[in-house]
Amino acid sequence: MTLPERAIIATRQEDDGVTLRIQGAAIGDRVYSGAITFFALCIPFLLLAIAWEIGSAGWPALHKFGFGFLTSSDGDPVQGEFGAAPAIYGTIVSSIIALVLATPLAIGVSLFLSELAPRWLRQPVGFLVDLLAAIPSVVYGLWGIFVLLPVLRDPVMPFLRDTLHLDKTGLFSGPAYGPSMLAAGIILAIMVLPYIASVSREVLLAVPRSQREAALALGATRWESIWGAVLPYARSGIVGGIILGLGRALGETMAVTMLIGNRPEIAASLFAPGYTMASLLANEFSEASSDAHLSALMAVGFVLFLITVIVNAIARWLVWRVR
Amino acid sequence: MATERAVAADDVSLVSATPVADSPAPRMRVDSLDAWFGSVHAVKGVNMHVRDRRVTAIIGPSGCGKSTFLRCLNRMHETVPTARVEGEVELDGRDIYARGVNAIAVRRHIGMVFQRPTPFPTMSIRDNVAAGLRALESGRPSRTKIDEVVERALVRAALWDEVKDRLSTSATGLSGGQQQRLCIARALATDPTVLLLDEPTASLDPISAQAVEELVYELRSDMTIVIVTHNMQQAARVSDSTAFFLHGELVEMDETNRIFTTPADERTEAYITGRFG
Repeated sequence: MTLPERAIIATRQEDDGVTLRIQGAAIGDRVYSGAITFFALCIPFLLLAIAWEIGSAGWPALHKFGFGFLTSSDGDPVQGEFGAAPAIYGTIVSSIIALVLATPLAIGVSLFLSELAPRWLRQPVGFLVDLLAAIPSVVYGLWGIFVLLPVLRDPVMPFLRDTLHLDKTGLFSGPAYGPSMLAAGIILAIMVLPYIASVSREVLLAVPRSQREAALALGATRWESIWGAVLPYARSGIVGGIILGLGRALGETMAVTMLIGNRPEIAASLFAPGYTMASLLANEFSEASSDAHLSALMAVGFVLFLITVIVNAIARWLVWRVR
Repeated sequence: MATERAVAADDVSLVSATPVADSPAPRMRVDSLDAWFGSVHAVKGVNMHVRDRRVTAIIGPSGCGKSTFLRCLNRMHETVPTARVEGEVELDGRDIYARGVNAIAVRRHIGMVFQRPTPFPTMSIRDNVAAGLRALESGRPSRTKIDEVVERALVRAALWDEVKDRLSTSATGLSGGQQQRLCIARALATDPTVLLLDEPTASLDPISAQAVEELVYELRSDMTIVIVTHNMQQAARVSDSTAFFLHGELVEMDETNRIFTTPADERTEAYITGRFG
C-alpha cells in the first residue's frame, strides 16, 4: 500500500516541475514574440518613413506645378521649370520592352531546364542563367555601349526599319543613333531574364508529377502535357516571376542611364533617345543647385516609389486572383 | 466467334502457366513481362490474360510491383526516367511495345485513373472532361460535339446529376470522391477500350469509395477494367478475376471467388487470410 502512494507523490512533484517549466517557457515565449513583432514592424515603419520623407521633400514641387508636373514635358531646371512626363513615359516603355522580350525567353529557358534538358545539363545552365543576375549593372552598361549599340546601329535598326519596313508602324522609324529606348529595353530584358527564369523554373519544378502523368495518360504528347497541364498549373507563379522582373526593370538605373540617351522628350519611335525616372535622378542629383530643383527630383523619386508600389500591388492582386 | 475463343483458350495453356477461365475472349495478353526502375527489377516474367467486359483485380502487399505492372499496360511506366520494360503486351492481338507503335496512341485506347484525383485545377469541369479530346484529322471537334461527349462521359461516370448545373465552374470545387469520378469521366471521354485503375479509392472516404466501386461494377458491361487495390474486400466485391502479386511475380490468377475461397498457392492463402502484407 505504501508504494503506490509514494509513486503518486512522486508523480505530483514531477507535475509541479513540469508546470513550473511551462510557466518559464511562457515568459520566454512572450519576450520572444514581442521581440520578433518589433522587428517585423520595423520594416513597414521604415517604408512609411522613407515614403513620408521623400513625399514631404517633393511636396513643394508637386504643389507648385500641380498635376502638370506629371504630364508636362517642359524640363528646364535653369528656368525653374520641371516636367516629369518624359521620364515617367520612358520608365514605363523601357520596362514594357524588357518584359515583352524577356518573358518568352525566360519561360523557354525555364521549360528547357525543368522539362527537356538532360539531367547533367540542368545544373550548369541553371547556374549560368542565375549568374546573369550577379553581373553588376555598370558592366551591363559598358557592354551595351561597346557591343550592343554598334550592333543596333548596324545592322539591327536599319534591318527593322528598311528591310522589314517596320517604319510604317512608327515604332521603328527615324535615324539609328544607337542610344535609344530600344537599347535600354534590350539591356533591361537581359537583366530581368534571370529573375523571371529562376522563379519560373522553381514553379515548374514544383508542379506535381501527377499532373503531368494525368495528361500523358490521356494520350497527350509531351508538348501537350506541358502546354495543357504544366504551364496552367504554374501560371500564377510565373506571373509572380514576371512582376518581380518588372519591379527590377522599373528601378534599374546605371545600365539604362548609359544606354537610353538621356533626352527628356517623348518620342513615338523606339529608335529615339529617351529618359527614365531613375536615370533622371542619377544624372541630376549632383547638379541640383536650387531648392526647387531638389524638390522636383524628390517628387520624381516619390512618383517612382508610388509606381513601384502600385505595380507590386496589382501583381499581388493578380497572383491572388489567379489562385 | 466460337473458334476464336477456342484458339484463345489454347493460347492460355501455351503461354501462361496460370489457368485462366476461357470465356469471354481475352482483350489483353501479357507475355513474359519484365520491368525495371534503374537496377530494381520491379516486375518479373509476368504472363496474364485480361478478359473483355470483365473486371480484373490485382492485389498484393506494398511494393509487390502491382502498380508498376499496371503502368506497363498502357506504356506509362516508360515515362519515368531510368524505367525499362521487356516482354510483350498485346491489345486485341497487337503488341503495344512493337516497333512503330506510338505510345501516345496506346494511351488513348487504354485509359488510366490514378490513386489521387488529378483534376486540372485551372480548368472548368467541362474542360477537364474534354481535356483528352483534341483536333482529329478532320479538324477540331465542334462545340456541340464536345458538349455531347462531355455529357455522355459524365453520365457514364455517374457524376452528371451532381455537376450538370455547374459545368463551367472550377473542378477544384468538387469533393474528393467527385474529383475521382471526374477523372474517370475524363478517361472515358476518349472512349478507351480498356480502363486501368490504380488504387482509385485509396484516398477517398468510405462513401465516396463505395460510389467509385459501384461505378466500376457498372462500367464492366461495356469495357475491360483492370484495378489495382490493396483492399481485398474491394477486390472481392468488384472483380471477376483476381491476380495476386508478390515480390514482382504473379503468384496466382483465377476467378475471384476461387482466389478468396480456395487459392491454389499457400502464399496467396497466407496473404488473403491476413498473415502478412
